[in-house]
Amino acid sequence: MSFKDRAAAVELDDVHKSFGPIMVLNGISLAVMPHEVVCFIGASGSGKSTLLKCVNLIEGIDSGRILVGGEEITARAVDVNRIRRRIGIVFQAFNLFPHMTVLRNITLGPVEALGQSRAEALEVAGGLLERFGLADKTNEYPDRLSGGQQQRVAIVRSLAMKPDIMLLDEVTSALDPELVAEVLNVIHELAAGGMTMLIATHEMSFARDIADRVYFLDDGGIAEQGAPDQIFTAPRHPRTKQFLQRIIAAGRL
Amino acid sequence: MSTGESGRDRDPGVLEPGTPATPQAAGRGSRLFGGRAVLISTTSTIVFLVVIAVIVALAPGSSIVGERFFSGFHLRQAIFGTPGTPSVVGAFFLNVRIFMIAEVLILALALVVAVVRSIPGPAFFPLRALAVAYTDLGRGVPLILVLYMIGFGVPGLGLQFFSSRSDVTYGIVALVLVYSAYVTEVYRAGIDSVHDSQVAAARALGLSRYKTMRFVVLPQAIRRVIPPLLNDFIGLQKDTALVSVLGSVEAARAAQIYGASQFNYASYVVAAVLFIAMTIPLARFTDHLIERDRRRRHVGAVT
Repeated sequence: MSFKDRAAAVELDDVHKSFGPIMVLNGISLAVMPHEVVCFIGASGSGKSTLLKCVNLIEGIDSGRILVGGEEITARAVDVNRIRRRIGIVFQAFNLFPHMTVLRNITLGPVEALGQSRAEALEVAGGLLERFGLADKTNEYPDRLSGGQQQRVAIVRSLAMKPDIMLLDEVTSALDPELVAEVLNVIHELAAGGMTMLIATHEMSFARDIADRVYFLDDGGIAEQGAPDQIFTAPRHPRTKQFLQRIIAAGRL
Repeated sequence: MSTGESGRDRDPGVLEPGTPATPQAAGRGSRLFGGRAVLISTTSTIVFLVVIAVIVALAPGSSIVGERFFSGFHLRQAIFGTPGTPSVVGAFFLNVRIFMIAEVLILALALVVAVVRSIPGPAFFPLRALAVAYTDLGRGVPLILVLYMIGFGVPGLGLQFFSSRSDVTYGIVALVLVYSAYVTEVYRAGIDSVHDSQVAAARALGLSRYKTMRFVVLPQAIRRVIPPLLNDFIGLQKDTALVSVLGSVEAARAAQIYGASQFNYASYVVAAVLFIAMTIPLARFTDHLIERDRRRRHVGAVT
């Protein structure tokens, strides 16, 4: 699975990114294959979120290349709006539009960015809401929903764009513990449906469950990567060991 | 509250369940005792007004004040007009018209300037700088100077279209230029108050900058700034009177004409009451919106 592989869904090639003097991504190279689910773990500030934001061009990079479906999206003249329509991202804080109903939150992108007809967008949205048990929330405003419901709506909003790839940025970190499961179930369902996903998460048992591969990021670099069983049961890198010990001590694994 | 009459009124209240013991219960209970609270406030207000009326009536010079400001005869004449003086009420319709037209134009112009000011990118620096210069000038120059410059200056230029407009038109232009500068800042505060994460979410869906502004930022921004916007419009309603310096006979000028010919100021009272009658509903409506917003945010904080 070399990162030179042309068939990769997402490919990072020696990506550097710094905020002022702080190096956040320090030469990241990786490749994610279609239908693969990859989890990024690591301490806060290790670069997980920034990595996802760079793939969606919310953040620019300083050097290196990012390719999505073989196309270099960090090239100069690329149309960022076109790229973003192919990549769904779900944020830690949901970021639903509070002045729109659930339905309008979901149809806004397809109608205004993809140019779908309203009828088509409504049909897609209705189907997705049904599938994720949110049909009765169609006409509610986001502030009337629980955190878990809001996050599920945010996931549906991304899915309505029919993305090739989904980026999930610590999507359960802002949720009360009892609401985490409903969101994780949705993600499991997406994985079962073959969605290519890059997931930054603090939920170690979830990462172990769902990931095909786990990347442990440390100080902006990939300290270790491998199958989840290997990472979680037989970590090789001392920083990985240290990190997992702390997680276990905190009762989070 | 020791009279027999109010004592009887109080009876139903006394029969209410156990008097609230805890402060919290008392707070909730105040609604039960609303009837009594209204009675107390009404009584005290009546007493207060009577005392003021007595003091005013006994004060030296009160009869001349009454004659000059509140004479029924002059009030009527000012309201309906005389063969030699315009009706203040009639003239007030000009204020209303100026306000209505200016308001719409201000809302539109200020929105454009505010949006221009928030366009990012180095290429748009000149436009942004122009917008900043405009808001600085518009807020810095006294309205009356702008009125003079436009109302007297532009006709003197002898330009074909621009120099042959009516005084009212020049007045409206001056009001729009000055007030739009203020309203631009109100809009901009609203735009800035929409969190970056909202923009990120919209842009992540592949919406262009323009569509992000139109569908996500502006609807939220405008909703938030409606109370301060209305506040500016209360000021605008009053400042329509300044258009009179260009010669338009609006309410304040009509009142002045009457006052100068009759040596009586009842006409000013009429004009003042008309302005108050127009601004108070808007002020209460603004209060209502602010209160509703406060409640909504309070609810939001709890969930």
